[in-house]
Amino acid sequence: METQLVLEKWPGIISTITLGARKEDGGSRAGAVKIGGQNTLPLLFKEGNIPNKPAIAFEVWDVHPEDWPEELVAAYGKALNDPFAWADKCVNEYKAQTLCLRLQGTHPDFGDKGAQEAAKFISALLKKVKVPLVIIGSGDDAKDNQILPACSEAAKGEKCLLGCAVQDNYKTLVASVLADGHSIIAESPIDINIAKQLNILISDMGLNLERIVINPTIGALGYGLEYAYSIMERARLAALSGDKTLASPFICFVGQEAWRAKEAKQTPEQGIIWEVITATSLIQSGADLLVMRHPKAIEKVSKYIDNLMNYGKTLDPKP
Amino acid sequence: MFIIGELINGMYANIGSAIKERNKAEIQKCALEQLASGADALDVNCGPASRHPLVDMPWLVEAIQEVTDKPLCLDSSKPAVIEEGLKAARNKTIINSTTADPEKLDIIIPLAKQYRSKLIGITISAKGIPQNKDQRLELAATIVATCSEKEFPIEDLYLDPIVLPVNVAQAQMKDILESIHEFRIISDPAPKTIVGLSNVSQGTHVRSLINRTFLTMAVAYGLDSAILDPQDKKLMGALITAELILNKNIYCDSYLEAYRKK
Repeated sequence: METQLVLEKWPGIISTITLGARKEDGGSRAGAVKIGGQNTLPLLFKEGNIPNKPAIAFEVWDVHPEDWPEELVAAYGKALNDPFAWADKCVNEYKAQTLCLRLQGTHPDFGDKGAQEAAKFISALLKKVKVPLVIIGSGDDAKDNQILPACSEAAKGEKCLLGCAVQDNYKTLVASVLADGHSIIAESPIDINIAKQLNILISDMGLNLERIVINPTIGALGYGLEYAYSIMERARLAALSGDKTLASPFICFVGQEAWRAKEAKQTPEQGIIWEVITATSLIQSGADLLVMRHPKAIEKVSKYIDNLMNYGKTLDPKP
Repeated sequence: MFIIGELINGMYANIGSAIKERNKAEIQKCALEQLASGADALDVNCGPASRHPLVDMPWLVEAIQEVTDKPLCLDSSKPAVIEEGLKAARNKTIINSTTADPEKLDIIIPLAKQYRSKLIGITISAKGIPQNKDQRLELAATIVATCSEKEFPIEDLYLDPIVLPVNVAQAQMKDILESIHEFRIISDPAPKTIVGLSNVSQGTHVRSLINRTFLTMAVAYGLDSAILDPQDKKLMGALITAELILNKNIYCDSYLEAYRKK
């Protein structure tokens, strides 16, 4: 007897977020990247529609990353000294579809660059590369509140993704994102209750829930990956069951966490493996946008995504 | 919880006169206010004073459909009135209701099938109102068995244990609550359960408190649906909190607001 698959039909759907505005959308990007839009759990192609594949953003900093391990530094070489060259290498050599720009140089302890300088940098970068941008502050709340509004304005109309808003500091960023037509990253510390609360607070300010991407905060393999996995899974189950306040795509800062693990720095290639395993596990728990570092890891994860999505395409059309 | 707003009922003065004067706007206002307060569907009842329920029911249905596509719960003890409502309905419908009497079931179940309507079955019969849990279960089993026989999908059946006023039938409250739990194990797939809530506080002096306390307890016994006043904010707050405690929704500090955003 043939085994019958039990197929679930969910009432909820994850929001679709478009990153990047092309000329016809009022921006200057060469292409746009869509994330989210699925109405089923990750990779269950027979249960529902998964219109967009998980996307990967290359992480680029505005300053030379002092604490990156050698293997990572070697992958980019001298380009790390010049953010424009770095971004260019990602796009032209490694065919990046999206960049995640971390404004680490604005942090009071790592250069303390001002708002004007940061905004100028964003404008120049938007001219240099034509892929959609994710723009992240340095994580210093007070400084981010000066820098990010200026950067948001400099990228007005380009449909960037800006972050990270946190429960104690979201109002300034929400106001900027709202005014300049971007989407926002809402970050919570591996805590589903705060993730939900923050989404409500942000939407109360008038920014549509459909313009929020959740950063659930993740841990790398061996460093709490399973906690992040279960939080993401629980949020996704609630969203698919109809909870609109949790129906946002997930962004996961994979590179940052994977390369922090001591195992990642022990033997050659192990860091790449660490980053790949962390990324692929999170794809299975619902990650929609992965921010990654090593080009080789990104290449492997891209292939993994394409294999899975191609498999999905071979299945019968949904009922 | 599937919430059916109870306020479009001719026994309320505003609705009664709106029906009489064919004042659509008043009905539509009542419909929209209930939906905004969290109702998933609307009960539609011409009221005991309606002299032409066969005309009033479809008029009400048409009036409500102009402003919402939410399901309508057609409430009458007369099958002919329900059928006029079904004929007029473009929205999804729930028939409210059939008793466990064979002659009623023989008319109502085919109607529900013909119009692809859901169905509320109340556990009373010509013999009267059940006096304990066993009698309720017996009547529930009759309704479920007849639905199966007539190939009506059991998952579209809502069983109502008949909630009695606490000041009249205090000794039966626990039986009613337990019936809610036991109805669900009568068959697989399980029938759903429903109560007409306001009856529990009929004639008492603290109606809202009794309503929300009973509802909270019924939710804990697994109640799926209730016909109630969604504009009673304390009632809705208690309901949302009860479901939160049962882990049906994810907690956050603004969980009441979060529920309303759904």
